[in-house]
Amino acid sequence: MFKRINPWVPIAGVVVGIAALLLTALGNPANMGFCIACFVRDIAGAMKLHSAEPVQYFRPEIVGLVLGSTIMAVATKEFKAKAGSSPATRFLIGVFVMIGALVFLGCPLRMVLRMGGGDLNAFVGLAGFFLGILIGIFFIKRGFSLKRTYEVTLSEGISLPAALLVMFLLVLAVPSIFAFSESGPGSKHATVLVSLLMAVVVGALAQKARLCMVGGMRDAVMFKDFSLLSGFVAIFVTVLIGNIILGNFHGFSAYLQPIAHASQLWNLLGMALVGWGSVLLGGCPLRQLILAGEGNGDSAVTVLGMLVGAALAHNFKLAGSAASLTDGVYSAGGISVNGKIAVCIGFAVLLVISLLNTSAFKKAAK
Amino acid sequence: MIDARGQSCPIPVVMVQQEVKKNHPQKLEVMVDAMVCVENISRYAALEGYALSVEEADGEYTLTLTK
Repeated sequence: MFKRINPWVPIAGVVVGIAALLLTALGNPANMGFCIACFVRDIAGAMKLHSAEPVQYFRPEIVGLVLGSTIMAVATKEFKAKAGSSPATRFLIGVFVMIGALVFLGCPLRMVLRMGGGDLNAFVGLAGFFLGILIGIFFIKRGFSLKRTYEVTLSEGISLPAALLVMFLLVLAVPSIFAFSESGPGSKHATVLVSLLMAVVVGALAQKARLCMVGGMRDAVMFKDFSLLSGFVAIFVTVLIGNIILGNFHGFSAYLQPIAHASQLWNLLGMALVGWGSVLLGGCPLRQLILAGEGNGDSAVTVLGMLVGAALAHNFKLAGSAASLTDGVYSAGGISVNGKIAVCIGFAVLLVISLLNTSAFKKAAK
Repeated sequence: MIDARGQSCPIPVVMVQQEVKKNHPQKLEVMVDAMVCVENISRYAALEGYALSVEEADGEYTLTLTK
């Protein structure tokens, strides 16, 4: 079993864990060294696509992850501009993966970081994530495919890396045109250079290792292939040990965890939406960034879908609100009615997409 | 010959898995166009006890699985 594990995967997992701990120690929000959903949401806020004041910051980590992937892919001759695999469908799935993640308050990577921080709510999220992955596998086994990609021109392949780089340079040159949180999670961040450089290293390693939070469980269930799962486990173990050493670990609890809520049904369902959607996409939100860095235009479109999903989540108040303790009064946080409806719509959309793109069901319909 | 070019993860491995489970071929050729698919199919081939050879031409790979 262990012979078949690509050693780059656990190595990348350990580096991601250490980088996440360092970024948190240097200013990022608790249990949020990395969070693709939260950081894309913060970027949507910085670009004024939504106006939720606590979550507006142009996170250099997203730029770094994509560019790190591009650098590694070019260096190893794996950069290839390709696209054409149902981009509009992928955009839609990206929207709902983001909404699911923001209902839970974190992407699959942050779910692992939260687990390593002792947040029991994230274990409920994990159960939902696994459930979603199983639903996705049900369709994959019956012939689900968003059809193949084709080789395309360089402009398609570099669209997201180049756009992020230009936006990032604009942020540095004329910050006044962007929005920046003065309080809340968006105001908490490591310095720009540290965030960028750490993310470049992580992005490069994630490309090399094909690190993917959804791929681990999917491959373990489908092929008894534990290679990618080793990355997931390595991140969890590294973060858990790191938090214990740094004195951030206070046992496992669901009570008042940082930027988390204890509305367990919606932790479960939010991450089930993310798991299902990610299996249909072929990778978790982190993997979509890495693939976009390698020249995959479909993943670039998916990331844009996630950006729009983040804006919708805050404009329509779909995102979860964190548990809080104000003047001694505890609030468990949770999800608005709008958020609950959005998750239900998300399941309906994924079901329709799954049925329409699965060969077994297409044949049955004829 | 299975043509899995352009398919995203994990569909190339699923295509190979379905052929292996259905027909138990002694020899199976698969075309893919990404190194990640070569790696994934290699691990699956090892699990099922197949020997594997890989030929690369213009960024496309032909994998031959033999028992």
